[in-house]
Amino acid sequence: MKAAVLQFPGSNCDQDALAALRDGLGIEAGYRWHKETTLGDFDLVVVPGGFSYGDYLRCGAIARFSPIMKAVVAFAERGGKVLGICNGFQILCEAGLLPGALIVNDCLEYRCLTPHLRVEEAGPLFNPASLGPLLRLPIGHGEGNYRIAPEGLAELKANGQVLFRYADAAGRVTEAANPNGSIDNIAGIRNRAGNVFGMMPHPDRAFAAYHPSQDGLAVFRSLLELPAPAHA
Amino acid sequence: MTRPPLPPNPDPVLNVPLTEELIRRHGLLDEEMARIRELLGREPTLTELGIFSVMWSEHCSYKNSKPLLRLFPLEKAETGDGPGRILVKAGEENAGVIDIGGGWAVAFKIESHNHPSAVEPFEGAATGVGGIIRDIFTMGARPILVTNSLRFGELDDPTVKRLFRGVVAGIAHYGNCIGLPNLGGDVYFDDSYEGNPLVNALCLGVLRHDEIKRGAASGVGNPVYYVGAATGRDGLGGASFASRELSEESQADRPAVQKGDPFMEKLLLEACLEMMAVPGLVVGIQDMGAAGLTCSACETAARGGAGIEIELDQVPQRETGMNSYEIMLSESQERMLVIVQKGREAEVEAIFEKWDLHAAHVGQVTDTGRMVVLQGGSPVADIPARGLTDEAPVYQRETRRPAYLDEVQRWDPASLPAPAAADLETALPKLLGHPTIASKAWVYRQYDHMVRASTVVAPGSDAGVVRIDCGEAGDRYLAVVNDGNGRYCALNPRRGGQIVVAEAMRNLVCTGARPLAVTDNLNFGNPYKPEVFYLMAEAVAGMAEACRAFDTPVTGGNVSLYNESPRGAIDPTPVVGAVGLLEDPAHLTPSHAGRAGLTLVLIGGFPFELGGSQYLKIIHGLKTGDAPSIDLEIEKTQNTFLLDRIAAGDVAAAHDLSEGGLLVAAAEMVFGADGVGVSLDLTAADGPRADALLYGESQGRILLATTPEKTAGLIQAAAAAGVSAQVIGETTGDGRLEVRLPGGSKGLGWSVDELHRAWSGAIEQAMHRPGIRS
Repeated sequence: MKAAVLQFPGSNCDQDALAALRDGLGIEAGYRWHKETTLGDFDLVVVPGGFSYGDYLRCGAIARFSPIMKAVVAFAERGGKVLGICNGFQILCEAGLLPGALIVNDCLEYRCLTPHLRVEEAGPLFNPASLGPLLRLPIGHGEGNYRIAPEGLAELKANGQVLFRYADAAGRVTEAANPNGSIDNIAGIRNRAGNVFGMMPHPDRAFAAYHPSQDGLAVFRSLLELPAPAHA
Repeated sequence: MTRPPLPPNPDPVLNVPLTEELIRRHGLLDEEMARIRELLGREPTLTELGIFSVMWSEHCSYKNSKPLLRLFPLEKAETGDGPGRILVKAGEENAGVIDIGGGWAVAFKIESHNHPSAVEPFEGAATGVGGIIRDIFTMGARPILVTNSLRFGELDDPTVKRLFRGVVAGIAHYGNCIGLPNLGGDVYFDDSYEGNPLVNALCLGVLRHDEIKRGAASGVGNPVYYVGAATGRDGLGGASFASRELSEESQADRPAVQKGDPFMEKLLLEACLEMMAVPGLVVGIQDMGAAGLTCSACETAARGGAGIEIELDQVPQRETGMNSYEIMLSESQERMLVIVQKGREAEVEAIFEKWDLHAAHVGQVTDTGRMVVLQGGSPVADIPARGLTDEAPVYQRETRRPAYLDEVQRWDPASLPAPAAADLETALPKLLGHPTIASKAWVYRQYDHMVRASTVVAPGSDAGVVRIDCGEAGDRYLAVVNDGNGRYCALNPRRGGQIVVAEAMRNLVCTGARPLAVTDNLNFGNPYKPEVFYLMAEAVAGMAEACRAFDTPVTGGNVSLYNESPRGAIDPTPVVGAVGLLEDPAHLTPSHAGRAGLTLVLIGGFPFELGGSQYLKIIHGLKTGDAPSIDLEIEKTQNTFLLDRIAAGDVAAAHDLSEGGLLVAAAEMVFGADGVGVSLDLTAADGPRADALLYGESQGRILLATTPEKTAGLIQAAAAAGVSAQVIGETTGDGRLEVRLPGGSKGLGWSVDELHRAWSGAIEQAMHRPGIRS
């Protein structure tokens, strides 16, 4: 089991993602620099959070043109698993690997919180049975307001492409529980084929004992189809 | 010695006679001009005048504050090689460095960006964060966190709201983008800061002992590199701008405020750390902060006992036609000066190429002891480097005790009518709902406080705590806190100065951390006013006394003077950032007692004083009385006792009593825990005034929560240690805060939920914008 963490200029959660994979999950992981043109052999490519290219122009709009992204698109088209976290999610949307777009939060401010997420039925890897009905994962973003046209939204729902929705502690999807104005409280999605995932919440900030939760491990495990640890 | 004049500057604009008017506008005194002529042996050029002006400004030279800074202890009294040992002392380098054990160290420092933030809050605050981050990675350390101390006018004023929103957004913008968690700090709102907000930013970084880098130029012939962003006309003369009072015309100084680019700084940070990780590549390195290229060039030369030669044509410029005055004085952000080992230029250039950054060979180290600036091959400035730094003037300013001090210190609480029970009850939600005491979640939810995935205690507790990965030496857990009550310093600067330090120590200890060292930011008014300088001298003396008492040396910091608006000087506001280490992560102690059935123990007793309290301010509109009493010896004993009991596992939660006093602390301890309340029995606290008992701010007090089984042992241990400790109540399951007062009156009571709403919603409501979700 081997994962790659991409590094763009301005990535700042690359080290966190690597630590989550190596220390949290105990799998092999390494960085891939954005100027590389080939990926190599990996089971998962993580596009980490941060401010690639300073979020100039639009979040993720410049990073998608980095040389490595051609290789990522080819990898995804071959069925390789790709996970975009936060800025990584924005990059995957800009690259056309995921539908929709992420715009500025409706509060017009950055938000750093640890919201509850209701787990949706999103196929064999992401579902309440594998992850439990409710997770808590940190968010930290200024532009996590997910937008998609009505037809697109209908398609996401019809195909079970919504991974998580912002919810309250009781699992109710309410307006008050929505930290950024995302349509339908959407916090994470997958592509139709089920191998490309994007989420604003940070599983890479939820794996150690002192983190607000350890739910990030379950997310990574589901994604990699790893068995839950025996003692859990 | 008389020297011949330099050739004319290539830009004719600079070849003008140095009139009185021109000299005055550079903020230089006649005696300073005479000294400059003596140092140069000739008349300075206009470029040189500009260089002296910024280097001899208070911001760079500390010319008025140096004699006071000498009061601070710079080393630990307790010798040995344990954690806390000073590895780089205050004043030696861009930031102090202390040992945290296992061959690892932390570099940390606090710095102000008050004036820029008053004029342009977003960019002013953002570049303040950027500047302090550079000071830390210049030392070879990887920055791992930031904090800040902020002071604004009262939040009901629209201009204050604009400044507050802008400053918080600016700090968030820079820190979030570069990827450093913000672990908190402190925010006060008081009239005294109207028109002159304070923005003090702290950064802390981690490095191994063998990674410490120096800002010194050495090795004749070693190339000097300029790396990072190109130089523009922004921030011209920012150091001088920071060294005068704000006035109605200050808005016209907007060009003196720099514009930050955190993305550029992130690249610069990564490239510099990558370069410094290669053994032997870097001889010296210094960031270009205040006074830009000038300061970094002359300081590295002076520290290295060498000379330096800079060729301006090689300096990357983002505007055309910049002259030598502009290039030397620009404070464009995100730039560094690097002295590279000769012969290894290509390695450095390759690293910066990887990060798509400029790395321009702009000069070399010489043996002349002079900073020579060339343009088009001919000298435009030629100055002894040490003349700009070590030989800058130092003044012993005049002090005069302000007359108001006697008046306020004579104030007698008996002049206030004794409060009725109803007054005591209405006071608490008012105190909790004042922005100074209220929850600061509105602020820190805009800061990424979780990036780097190492935050152990997020903002909102007594201190922030971060895990430091020290490789094979294992993990370290470091606590960091900012403190600084300017109101106390205004009423009694000596005592106020002691309290600034003591409160920081108390906060660290409440978290379970052993204090190691502090960095200070001295925010005062115009030092040429003897009353202002008296307040500063006394406050610094008080801080120094406390630092000695706790054996927490000062590792460096910043002096910000001329903090005055047309309404007068700010309250004297020294701020400290203090760091401590948890010896064992199991010692981590929350400030929150989140369950019913815990015993509450008050350390430090029941005093009966009201001076300087938020109660006097918020309820009675008074800024008077003496600052709260403090006894450093008692504080030390209590701190040691508390750390011992925490280590013994006797303490479930500990919270420092500060602004608002006992009831505010008790309420804060149970906020957010569903249905948990507090019952306090204060009948044993016999004294003249119930308001002083409940809301007075006497120092050296801590509220502990412990289990009923451990209570007796804790009280016995306190008696054995000579510490005042008494059981004053318990946490309950009824969601009420109930207080029984001396004298058998019926007692006071509140719904914790209602108090929590007043506390948590105050700033959010004040900052709400119609039509925008908060």
